[in-house]
Amino acid sequence: MIRFENVGLRYGMGPEVLRDVSFFLQERSFQFLSGPSGTGKTTLLRLLFMSLKPTRGLITIFGKDRSRITREELPLIRRRIGVVFQDFRLLDHLNTYENVALPLRVRGREEASYRSDVIELLKWVGLGDRMHVFPPVLSGGEKQRAAIARALIEQPQILLADEPTGNVDPQLARRLLRLLIELNRLGTAVVIATHDIGLMEQVDARRMILSGGRLEIYD
Amino acid sequence: MIRSIAARDQVIRLVEWVGAMKQQGTARKARRQNPIVPADNIAGRAMVLVIAIMTFLSCLTLGAVTLVRDTAATWQTQIAREATVQIKPAEGLDMEAALADAQRIVTRYRGVQSATIVDRQATARLLEPWLGPGLDIEELPVPRLIIVTIDPAERPDFAAMRAELQQAVPSAVLDDHRTWVDRLVAMATTTVTIGIGVLALMLSATALTVIFATRGAMAGNGHVIEVLHFVGAEANFIAREFRRHFLLAGMRGAAAGGLAAVIVFVVFSWWSSHNVATPEGDQAAALFGNFSIGMSGYLGVGLVVILIAALTAATSHITVISYLRHIET
Repeated sequence: MIRFENVGLRYGMGPEVLRDVSFFLQERSFQFLSGPSGTGKTTLLRLLFMSLKPTRGLITIFGKDRSRITREELPLIRRRIGVVFQDFRLLDHLNTYENVALPLRVRGREEASYRSDVIELLKWVGLGDRMHVFPPVLSGGEKQRAAIARALIEQPQILLADEPTGNVDPQLARRLLRLLIELNRLGTAVVIATHDIGLMEQVDARRMILSGGRLEIYD
Repeated sequence: MIRSIAARDQVIRLVEWVGAMKQQGTARKARRQNPIVPADNIAGRAMVLVIAIMTFLSCLTLGAVTLVRDTAATWQTQIAREATVQIKPAEGLDMEAALADAQRIVTRYRGVQSATIVDRQATARLLEPWLGPGLDIEELPVPRLIIVTIDPAERPDFAAMRAELQQAVPSAVLDDHRTWVDRLVAMATTTVTIGIGVLALMLSATALTVIFATRGAMAGNGHVIEVLHFVGAEANFIAREFRRHFLLAGMRGAAAGGLAAVIVFVVFSWWSSHNVATPEGDQAAALFGNFSIGMSGYLGVGLVVILIAALTAATSHITVISYLRHIET
């Protein structure tokens, strides 16, 4: 589904943040992306999400060469990738329901065509009774679940989650992890960037460890 | 009894219907989604205020330039509409016959609407400020005048008229006010040119202020653009949403400023029309006419409002596109 071959990335004239990174993400796979803080986990996720271009190497996303994807094609491909940001990135002037429905709304779909789907998804992530609440009132865990719901509403083929349990207590972290495992069972590939070893030990999954800009994979 | 039961049922049905309508209303209200672009924050409100002030000043400048242009045109037309034939007294000249001859000659020319001899009483009145009342005009060698009214659209051949007058009445002098008209034209052209220069500077300052204010208001929306981009919105969609929001905000500010300027002109116009016979009113009227900026002035104000709103929308559009380019690299 997504292939990296000898990918390197540097910001400006600085040193290489990522060096010779190569891996293949299969459909319906589940993996953790880990490593100490500042080793490039978020940068790697940004490359996967196409908000950065590599300085060298080849990235193939859904069979397309990243360097040949035009600006017009980008939104269409991006709709197949769900992202949960570390800082949630919910819009404070939209309520939970509207935040989750945003990816469908920006495609110009009529609200009547997706309303029931959004409500169902909100119930699935446990926010059925927080639909009309605005993000500033939501707790950290609720914001996280709203962000996950927003990433899932378009039924993406792959979900990228950046420290999804970074702001929640261990109990809620386990609940969120179960949610992501369930999602994976339903057919979505999942990449979780985390440095929480306790979280990784709960699931027997592939581990991609970044260290000094290089990637090591433990299947 | 039966009637009262029926009435009660009717009331219950009415209450139920009102309840259902209220519920429908609530549901409709709940379904109305919040706009994707957030409502104005402090920078947004400041932008609307800046746009209103700058539009007001621009429209005021535009109105003032229109006023000066119209007044200058009126001065020119009024002076260009008249010429004067002056007949100086000479030895053996029958003044009345000379006046009649000159009047006859002048009225023969195309473009002359009328030629009126300033009679003895009127001439005496003209000289009264200098020579005092009770003047006997017969005792003095006072030149006499013929006021010639000219069609400004078809000016007569003054050279031929002057030559013919000289031949028939050698002491006649034709003054077509050319010197005055030339001076006035030069003054009016300079005034209008300066006015247009000031207007151009004002519009440039307005455009730059509007651009900076819009960019300032847009700066607080970076996270919205970013989120929309990351949830798969196309650049055109994001730009359209912001363009629409800022077009309305710009229109709101510009319309308020334009309306305030129109009110100022209407108030001045009303003031001048209510002070027609007073010294200050006459002084203002002599300088600025009747303070009415006319249809072209109002159309100009409308155009400025539309241009400023369009400029706001265009700035937001360009800012969104450049922001998206920035986050994609």
